Amino acid sequence: MKSITVFVCAGMMATAAMAEIAPDDVTYDEYGEVMVSLSGQPGDPVVGKEIMVERGKGNCIACHQVTALEEYPFHGEVGPSLDGIAERRTDVELRGILANPKMTYEGTIMPAFYRTSGFTRPGDEFTGEAAAGPLAPLLTAQEIEDVVAYLLTLTD
Amino acid sequence: MKLLIKGGIVSAALFAAFGANADEEASLVINEDIEITVRTDAPAHLDNMRTIYSGWVYRSDETQALQMDDFENPGMIFVDDAIDVWASADGSEGKGCVDCHNEPASMAGVRATYPKWNEEAGEVRTLAMQVNGCRTERMGAEEWKYDGSDMLNMEALLASVSRGMPVNVAIDGPAQSTWEMGKELYYTRTGQLDLSCANCHEDNYGNNIRADHLSQGQINGFPTYRLKNAKLNGVQSRFRGCVRDTRAETYAVGSDEFIALELYVASRGNGLSVEGPSVRN
Repeated sequence: MKSITVFVCAGMMATAAMAEIAPDDVTYDEYGEVMVSLSGQPGDPVVGKEIMVERGKGNCIACHQVTALEEYPFHGEVGPSLDGIAERRTDVELRGILANPKMTYEGTIMPAFYRTSGFTRPGDEFTGEAAAGPLAPLLTAQEIEDVVAYLLTLTD
Repeated sequence: MKLLIKGGIVSAALFAAFGANADEEASLVINEDIEITVRTDAPAHLDNMRTIYSGWVYRSDETQALQMDDFENPGMIFVDDAIDVWASADGSEGKGCVDCHNEPASMAGVRATYPKWNEEAGEVRTLAMQVNGCRTERMGAEEWKYDGSDMLNMEALLASVSRGMPVNVAIDGPAQSTWEMGKELYYTRTGQLDLSCANCHEDNYGNNIRADHLSQGQINGFPTYRLKNAKLNGVQSRFRGCVRDTRAETYAVGSDEFIALELYVASRGNGLSVEGPSVRN
């Protein structure tokens, strides 16, 4: 019985490892691009749109203006407008910028949405207390892919 | 009537949504009497900014107006509370503030120079630390809680009698090493959002971040009555809130780190007027 359990767990882990890339295992090329889907799956632009505007998720419009999202109030001015971003950026560039923008733009204010190590005084979310254990990334691998898919719809 | 109210709500929402929510050119005169410097040349030690602005200029017309008249400023209620305490004896020596310092007006100018080096204690003291120094060393009274209501009320009184006077904290001499530590903290990115004070308040002041209009993070207006929580707020508690919002483990209110940061951030406002108790969102 015990050996069966171990076998099943190992099998599940192997499947997950093939499908999803952990934050510390992401490979960035010299321009900060990430070539393969972090989740192993394509993104869903409809879900990506929700992540763009939700304060507890990506909250991308906190810093970026997006005309296609005008129905959601209060777009920020800290980062560039994302109107027409799909004309200027490819999927591999966008994935890299979302996962860790410091690999593309050194010193940028933009947070890394798929990074869990290398921080100073990492906290337990917004409690002000020290992190109790390993950090979760701000967005999951699939959520990064969903946002990439949405951004690729912004063609003009 | 109902229609009118609805119209009011809609127009208020539109007003905010377009971000036309601050008159950054406005001037501040309190009680048609006290002229407040809300913009001036940056002090020489600031490398990356030419002009410094009070947080007051980034607030809405309505919030700005609340600070122009002491009868409208909710923070002044707490000043009145502190005036009563000023005259009351407390502690084993049977003394009140009034026994050494006479009237509160005699403290004009004190707020403007804190935090500052205390030679006897051999440390940089914030105004709160100095008030507690008086209480424990001269009055034989209990310390007040850092950023607790007793302390903030007294700080509001001390600020109010210095309003209009330029912030002028010393950054050299024995305070220099503390100041350097504060500067280091100001530029250190913390937390999972990996943000320093400078990322928002030096690189992006005047910009909106979602519905918030970023200021320079000047502290000349503390303690601050915030409409958001309807009470006086201490500067180190505000620091704590900002660091927490970077998803970081914060420093404690009253810690060496926040004392150093308070000195450094105060020095970034050298030349602005003392404004406390100010009114902010």
